[in-house]
Amino acid sequence: MAPEGIGARLQRKEDKRFLTGKGRYTDDVNRAGQTFAVVVRSPHPHARIKGIDAAGAEAMPGVLAVLTGAEAKADGLGGLPAGWMIHSRDGSPMNAPVHPILADDKARYVGDPVALVVAETYAQAKDAADALMVDYEELPANVALDKATAADTPKVFDDIADNRCFDWELGDKAATEKAFSEAAHVTTMDIVNNRLIPNAIEPRAALGDYDSGTDVITLYTTSQNPHVARLVISAFVGLAPEHKLHIIAPDVGGGFGSKIYVYNEEVLCAWASKRLKRPVKWTAERTESFLADAHGRDHVTKAELALDQAGKITGLRVHTLANLGGYPSLFSTAVPTYLYATLLSGQYAIPAIYANVEAVYTNTAPVDAYRGAGRPEATYVVERLVETAARETGADPAELRRKNFVREFPYQTPVIMTYDVGDYEASLDAALKLGDYAGFAERRKESEARGKLRGIGFSNYIEACGIAPSAAVGSLGAGVGLWESASIRFNATGNVYVYTGSHSHGQGHETTFAQLVQSWLGIPEDQVEVIHGDTEKTPMGMGTYGSRSLAVGGSAIYRAAEKIIEKGKKIAAHLLEASEGDIEFKDGKFTVAGTDKAKTIQEIAFAAYVPHNFPPGLEPGLEENAFYDPLNFTFPAGCQICEVEVDPDTGVVEIVNFTAVDDFGTVINPMIVEGQVHGGIAQGVGQALLEGCVYDLESGQLVTGSYMDYCMPRADNLPSFRLGFTTTENPSNPLGVKGCGEAGAIAAPAAVMNAVTDAIGADIQMPATPEKIWRALAARGTAHAAE
Amino acid sequence: MSIPVSMTVNGKAVSKEVEPRMLLVEFLREQLGLTGTHVGCDTSQCGACVVMIDGTSVKACTALAAQCDGSSVTTIEGLAAADGTLHPMQQAFREHHGLQCGFCTPGMVMSAVDLLQHNPDPSEEEVRDWLEGNICRCTGYHNIVRAVLDAAGKMRGQAQAAE
Repeated sequence: MAPEGIGARLQRKEDKRFLTGKGRYTDDVNRAGQTFAVVVRSPHPHARIKGIDAAGAEAMPGVLAVLTGAEAKADGLGGLPAGWMIHSRDGSPMNAPVHPILADDKARYVGDPVALVVAETYAQAKDAADALMVDYEELPANVALDKATAADTPKVFDDIADNRCFDWELGDKAATEKAFSEAAHVTTMDIVNNRLIPNAIEPRAALGDYDSGTDVITLYTTSQNPHVARLVISAFVGLAPEHKLHIIAPDVGGGFGSKIYVYNEEVLCAWASKRLKRPVKWTAERTESFLADAHGRDHVTKAELALDQAGKITGLRVHTLANLGGYPSLFSTAVPTYLYATLLSGQYAIPAIYANVEAVYTNTAPVDAYRGAGRPEATYVVERLVETAARETGADPAELRRKNFVREFPYQTPVIMTYDVGDYEASLDAALKLGDYAGFAERRKESEARGKLRGIGFSNYIEACGIAPSAAVGSLGAGVGLWESASIRFNATGNVYVYTGSHSHGQGHETTFAQLVQSWLGIPEDQVEVIHGDTEKTPMGMGTYGSRSLAVGGSAIYRAAEKIIEKGKKIAAHLLEASEGDIEFKDGKFTVAGTDKAKTIQEIAFAAYVPHNFPPGLEPGLEENAFYDPLNFTFPAGCQICEVEVDPDTGVVEIVNFTAVDDFGTVINPMIVEGQVHGGIAQGVGQALLEGCVYDLESGQLVTGSYMDYCMPRADNLPSFRLGFTTTENPSNPLGVKGCGEAGAIAAPAAVMNAVTDAIGADIQMPATPEKIWRALAARGTAHAAE
Repeated sequence: MSIPVSMTVNGKAVSKEVEPRMLLVEFLREQLGLTGTHVGCDTSQCGACVVMIDGTSVKACTALAAQCDGSSVTTIEGLAAADGTLHPMQQAFREHHGLQCGFCTPGMVMSAVDLLQHNPDPSEEEVRDWLEGNICRCTGYHNIVRAVLDAAGKMRGQAQAAE
C-alpha cells in the first residue's frame, strides 16, 4: 500500500487554482480607487543628480504625484540596510552605506530608482515618467570587477576610497601555507563564477493600500519573507510602526532568492499610498527585473589545492573577489563569506583551509543571494579543483574523491561547520551505478566514431541548509535570529488550520505541511489548510530561503503538534475519567492505556470548544503556537554526474546524460522533492552553458537586459534527468530532514563544466557558449574548422 | 479615443470600449478580470500569456484587443469543462507535478494543448521543441514534458474510444 502522510507522492493541494487560472498573484489584486506607479530609473551607471524638474510631468493628464529623494528625505525615510555585519581582517567593520529609497545625491547603477510617478492609469504614469526632466551629471563608472579596487577607478561612494566593503578571511593561513609548501602536487585555477540574473517568471510587484481610518498600510508584495519586509520597512526605513504595517505576500511566482530582499519599489508603493490616501500599484516590466532585481554570484577566484604523494588533499586556499554591485543588499555581505567559505571543505577531510574574500562595490545592480547563495560558488571551486587535480595526477576522479571523503561524524571542518551526518560514498556509488560510469569509455568511443567529443564530469556537493541556529548566526554578524514559527488551530468540527512563518512560492508547502499534520495528528490532509504569507494571520516568521522551510518551519509545526497532543491528553483524561499519564495518542486517537476507551482527536477538538463540563483549570480551545530554533545547520550532500557531447564543428554542447543522487534525509513528498532537484539542475545547467549577465565595460549599460539577450534555459536546452536518493537521517531536527531546494543549482555547474572541459581538453569559464568552446578547440587545433 | 471591441471569451460574448493601444492580455486581465493569463516579459519571449484565438495558440501580449474583434478567445479559465472537470492536459500537469509556482503554467498548458492539436503523438524532442517559446524557471521542464506526453497518450485513447 502506498504511504499516506509522510513519504506519500501526494498530488499538490495548490495545483487546482494554478491550473485553472485562479492563482492570486500580487498583480492580480486590485483595490477600489487604485492608482498606478512607474519608477523613473537612472539611465546612467554613475551620475550626480543635479536637479529634477517635475513641473512638466506633474501637469500631465491624470498625474497625482511625482516623488523624488527630496520628498523621501523630508518625510524622514531611511534607506535599505545590509543585514549582516562583516568585519575585515584588520578588525574594522565593513563599509556598508544604506540604499536610499530614491537616489538623493547620486545614482549608482543603471536602473537605480530616482523618482516615482503616480497617475490614475498605468499609461498616464508611464507617459509622465517619460516626460520627467532629471538633470544628470554623468560620472565615470566603475564596472569591471577586477579593477574595482585600483587607485584610479571611480568611487561608487565618495567616502570609500578603494570601493571595498570588506577584506575578510577565514581559516588558518599559516597551517595552509605549510600544507602547500610541503605538497607533492598543487593544482591552481583561475575561476570565474559568472553573474546571473534570477528571473523568477513573475516580475516583482507591489500594491500599497493605506487606510486612513485605522492608519494601517496594507502592502501586497512579491516577497519570500513578509515579516522580514515588515521589520525592515518599520525599523530601518521608519515608514510606520510594525503594528500599522500589514504585509501580504499572496501567491508568489518564483523567488530563487531574488524576492527575499526588501526593495525600494515596495517601500515606494506603501509610502505613496499613505501620502495620496489611495492604493498605489507598481508591477515591474521584465526590463526592470533585469535592471533592478538583485543579481547573483559574480565571483573571481584564484583557487589552489594541495595534495600529498598518495593523493590525499592536504590544503585548500582561495582568494575571491566578490561583486556587491552599487549597494549592499540585505543578505549580500553574508553570501561571499559565511555562506561560501564555510563550505570550502566540501565532502572532504581537508586539514588546512584558508579563504580571503574581498567584497567590492561597482556601478552595477546590487548582488545578493540567488538559489544556493555562496554554496554554489564554494562547490564550483572545490569540485573544479578536485576534478582538475585528478586529471593532472592521472587519478580517476571518482576514486580521488573517494580517497578524501569525510567518513566519521560529527566532523569539524577547519572552516566553522560541524557536519552532523552523511554518507558520501553511498551517494557516489549510487550515482556511478545509475549513470553507468563503467560504460563511459565505450560510449566515448561510440561518440568519437560519430565525430563527437564526449566528456564526463562529477560534482560531489555539500551545502549548509536550514539556516540556522540564531546564536550561531548572531555570533557571525547576522542582524536577525533565524528560528521559525508555526501555529496549529483546530476548528470545532475537527479540521485544522496550520499557520507557518515560512512562505511558499512554488515549493508546495500547502501539501507537504498537510502531510506532516496527517502523520502526526491523524487529520486527513484534505482537512488541513496551510496559511502563509500574511503578517496579520501568521505568527512572526523569518520566511523561506536557504532550503529552511521544512527543516526549521516543519520542525516548528512538529513542536506545535506536540503541544496539541499534550493539551489533547488533558482533555481526553477528563472526558475518559482517567489520569493524564495513562492517555496515549496514536493515529488520531487518545486512548486510556491498556483499555479500549478512546476519543478521536476530532471529538477532543469539539469538546475543547464546547467545554460545558470542563473542570477548573482545564483551558478551553485547541490551538497551539511554537517557535523552533534549530540546533545546527543541515548538510544535504550528494553526487551529480554529467555527460556531454560536443560538436567540434560548432562548439555546441548537448547534455546526453545527467544523473543526480542526493541525500536529503527523510523525504516527505518524493514527487515534490524530485521537482525541486529538476528545477535546481536546470538553473545550474543554465549557469554553466547559457546564462551570463553582461555589462558593457565602457558604457556601464546592461547588455543582457531582455530575454532576447539573456539566455534562459528552455525546454529544448535540457535533457531529462536521472535521479536517485540515499538517506542518512538528520539527527539535528525532529523530522530527520535536510532541505532540497538548492542542491541542483549548487552542484550542477561544476558537473557540467567538468564534463565540458573533459570533452574539449581545455579549461574555459562559464557560460560555456559554443563560441568559447569552438575557440578553445581551435586554439588546440582540434576544431574541425581549424584543421 | 476609444474604439468598440466585441469578441467571445470562454464562450461568453463581451463588448467593451478600449484604447487602440490596449493589448489583448491587458483586455483580458484588466477589462474582464481574467487574471489567469499572466505577463512575464515585455518581448514576447516567456509565453506566460498564451491563449487560444480562434483555436490557435497566440501570445496575448503580441495581439491588440482591437485585432481580436469578432474572434473567439479561450483562456486558461475556459479550458476545464463546464462542470469543473479538468482538461486532460491540466490533469496531466497535476499528476506529473508539471508546475511549481504556477506563474508560467497557464501559458504552458495552453501551448501544450495547441501542440496536440497539431501533433497528437509527439516525441519528447518534439514536445521540447514546441515548448521552446514558454519559459519555466521552476521545473527544469522534466515533469512538464512527462505531463504533455502522458496527456497526449490519454487524449489519443479518448479519441479512439470515441470513434
